[in-house]
Amino acid sequence: MMVLGIDVGSRSIEVVAMRQGEVVEKRHGPTTFNPVQQINHLLEGLEAQMAVATGYGRNLVQELSLGFPVQTITEIKAHGLGAHHLFPKGRTVLDIGGQDTKALSLLPGGRVGKFEMNDRCAAGTGKFLEYSAQIFQIPIQDFGAYALGGDNPPIINSMCTVFAETEATSLMAQGVKPENIALGLHLAIARRTVNMLNRVGLVLPLIFVGGVAHNPCMCNLLAEQTKTKIDETLFVPKEPDMSGALGAALWAQEIVAETT
Amino acid sequence: MTQESYEAMWESLNLDLSAHDGLLGVLGKFYGDIYMSQQGRLKGMEYLDFVLSEVHGLRIKELLEAKAQGRKIIGTFCVFVPEELALALDCVQVGLCAGADAGKEAAETLVPRNTCALIKSFVGFKLARLCPYTESCDLIVGETTCDGKKKAYEAFGELAPMYIMEVPQTKTPAARKLWKEEVLRYMATLESMTGKKVTAEKLAKAIKIVNDRRRVLQRLNKLRAAVPTPISGRDVLLINQISFYDDPLRFTGAINALCDQLEERIKKGEGVVPQDTPRLMLSGCPMAVPNWKLPFIIESSGAVIVGEESCIGTRNTRDLVDESGQTLDEMLDALADRYMHIDCACFTPNDERLENIESMASELKVDGVVQYTLMFCQPYAHEGFKVEKRLTDHGTPSMILETDYSMEDVEQLKTRVEAFLETIK
Repeated sequence: MMVLGIDVGSRSIEVVAMRQGEVVEKRHGPTTFNPVQQINHLLEGLEAQMAVATGYGRNLVQELSLGFPVQTITEIKAHGLGAHHLFPKGRTVLDIGGQDTKALSLLPGGRVGKFEMNDRCAAGTGKFLEYSAQIFQIPIQDFGAYALGGDNPPIINSMCTVFAETEATSLMAQGVKPENIALGLHLAIARRTVNMLNRVGLVLPLIFVGGVAHNPCMCNLLAEQTKTKIDETLFVPKEPDMSGALGAALWAQEIVAETT
Repeated sequence: MTQESYEAMWESLNLDLSAHDGLLGVLGKFYGDIYMSQQGRLKGMEYLDFVLSEVHGLRIKELLEAKAQGRKIIGTFCVFVPEELALALDCVQVGLCAGADAGKEAAETLVPRNTCALIKSFVGFKLARLCPYTESCDLIVGETTCDGKKKAYEAFGELAPMYIMEVPQTKTPAARKLWKEEVLRYMATLESMTGKKVTAEKLAKAIKIVNDRRRVLQRLNKLRAAVPTPISGRDVLLINQISFYDDPLRFTGAINALCDQLEERIKKGEGVVPQDTPRLMLSGCPMAVPNWKLPFIIESSGAVIVGEESCIGTRNTRDLVDESGQTLDEMLDALADRYMHIDCACFTPNDERLENIESMASELKVDGVVQYTLMFCQPYAHEGFKVEKRLTDHGTPSMILETDYSMEDVEQLKTRVEAFLETIK
C-alpha cells in the first residue's frame, strides 16, 4: 500500500509517494496563491493509505478531505528524516527554503537534536535570492551561475532584502562589476548561514537541502565557508527540494508500520 | 451596573472612548478564543472570567469608590515595589497594563524604536488614553531595573505623577543598605501623601495579607506537579496576572477555593490534559495581561505549561516576608530582605536564578523549558545562554523564543514549538 509525504512550503509544494520502502513517484509545483487547488492537482490519481504533511501548509492539508488520514510533522523533523535517509553519515542539516532557513543537528537514526530557525523575516532565504535576481533581471534558476562569474565580491552587510537592494544599487553606481555584486549577495547569505550552523554545533558531514541547494554558487560558498568538500564532507542531494516531502513519506511509513 | 454608566466613568477618566471600545472588543474576542474555548475548566475559574470581564468596569468602579473615601491608588510596573507599605497606609496598589500593542506609534515618539514591547505598551496606553488604571492612579511607582524602563520613566514622568525607587544591581551588603534606604524613602513619601503613619500593627497586617496571597499561589503551583496536571498554564498565567490588580483578600479566597477543587480533581486522578502530554515550563520575561500569545501557541501544539519562572509567576510569589518581626524596624528589615531575594536578571551576578530554575524543573517534572525573551530585553536575553547551559547540564531540553506582542510571527513560533516537542517526545 502506498503512503505520501506532502511538503507545502511558502514557494513550492512537493509530493513523494512510497511503497514498501521505495520511492515510486515524485511531483512538485509552485504553491501559488491557491495552495488548495495546487495540492489537489498534485495529488491527482494518487491513492494512498495515509499521508504525512509538513511545511507551512501542513495544517491546510489536514483540513482537506483527501479520503485518507493525514498527520503532520514540522519541516524540521521532515528534513532531518529525509536528509538522514539520503546520507546516513550526515550529522548536520542545512535547509534553505523559500522563506526559512533552518539548521539542525542529527542524532543517530535521523532524530533532531538541536535546531535553529530564522526569525519572522525572510532575510537570507530563497526569497532574498529571488528578489536580488530581479535587480539583475536574471531568472532565479540562472542567478547562481551568473554569480560564479564574479571574482572579487564586495562585502554586503545587509541581510534585509530592501536594504540589500539599496546596497547593491549603490555598488552598481560605483561601477562595481555586476557579477561581483551578485557574488557578494550570495556570500552574505553563506556567512549568515554559517553563524546559524555554529549555533547548533556544526559537526561534519553537512547535508545541504532545500530549493536554494540547487544554486551552484551557494554550494561552493557554503563549502568554502564551512571548510568542507562537496561529496566528501558536504552532501547535496540531486533533488534537494524533495527532502522534506521524502522525510514526511518516511514518517508515514513508520506510522503505518507501527499501527499494523 | 450598566455599560452606559461605565462609559460615564471612563469619560470622567478622560479615556479615548472609541479607541477604548475597540480595545475591549479585541480583548473580549481574544479571551473567548484563548480561554473560553478550553475544555474541562473548573467552576472556580468563573471568578477569573468575571474579574477579567470587569477588568475595566467593576474593578475601576471599586478603585474610584476607594478614592472617594480618601484612599490613594498606587500604580506599579514591577514586583520590586513593596505592596505591604501601600496596604499599611490603606492605599490600593495595582499593576498597570503593559501586555498589549497599544499606541505604539505614539510611544515611539517618546522612547526609541528598539525598546521592548512592554515598555512601549505602558507608554502607549498612557498616550492613547486607553488604561483606566493608569488614569486612576494618584502615584505611579517606577524602578531602576533596566535601562529601558529607567529612561522611559523620565518621559512618562512628564505625563503622570511618577516616583522612582532605586533597585540596586548587585546583592552586596552595600546594595542591601541602599535598598533599605529606598524602602524607607518610599514609605516616607507614601506617609506624606496619605497623611498617615505606618505602624507596627498596620504593617504586620499588610505583610500577612500579601504573604497570604503569595501562599495561595505557592499552593496552586505545588498542585501543578501532579501528573496529569489539573489546570492549564494559560489559566494559571491569568491567575497570576489578576493577582496584580484584584483586591488581595478576595483574590486569595477565590484561589483557595479553586485549589480545593483542584485537589479533588487530583485525588480522582483527573487532569486538564491526558497523562502523557508533554509538560513545559516557561522561563524569562514577564507576560503582562493580556499577553497570552505564547502560552496559547504552546498549549495548542499539544503541550501543557506547568510552571512560570517569571515576574508574573514564581518570581513574585516564591519568597515570603518573615512574619516574626515584632517592632516596626524588624518588620521593615524583613521587608527589605524579602525583596532583595528577587532573582531578577537586572542583578549581577544572578546565580540564584539558575538554582531556582533547576529546582523548579525538577519539582514540576518538566519535559522541557521554553525561555521567553521579549525582543530588546537585554538582561533576559543575556541570561538565556546561561540558563540553556545549566538546563543542558541538568538534562532538561530547552529552547529560546524571542518575540513581542505582534501576531506576525505566530506561524513561525508554532513551527518552532512543534519542532521542540518533536525533539523531546
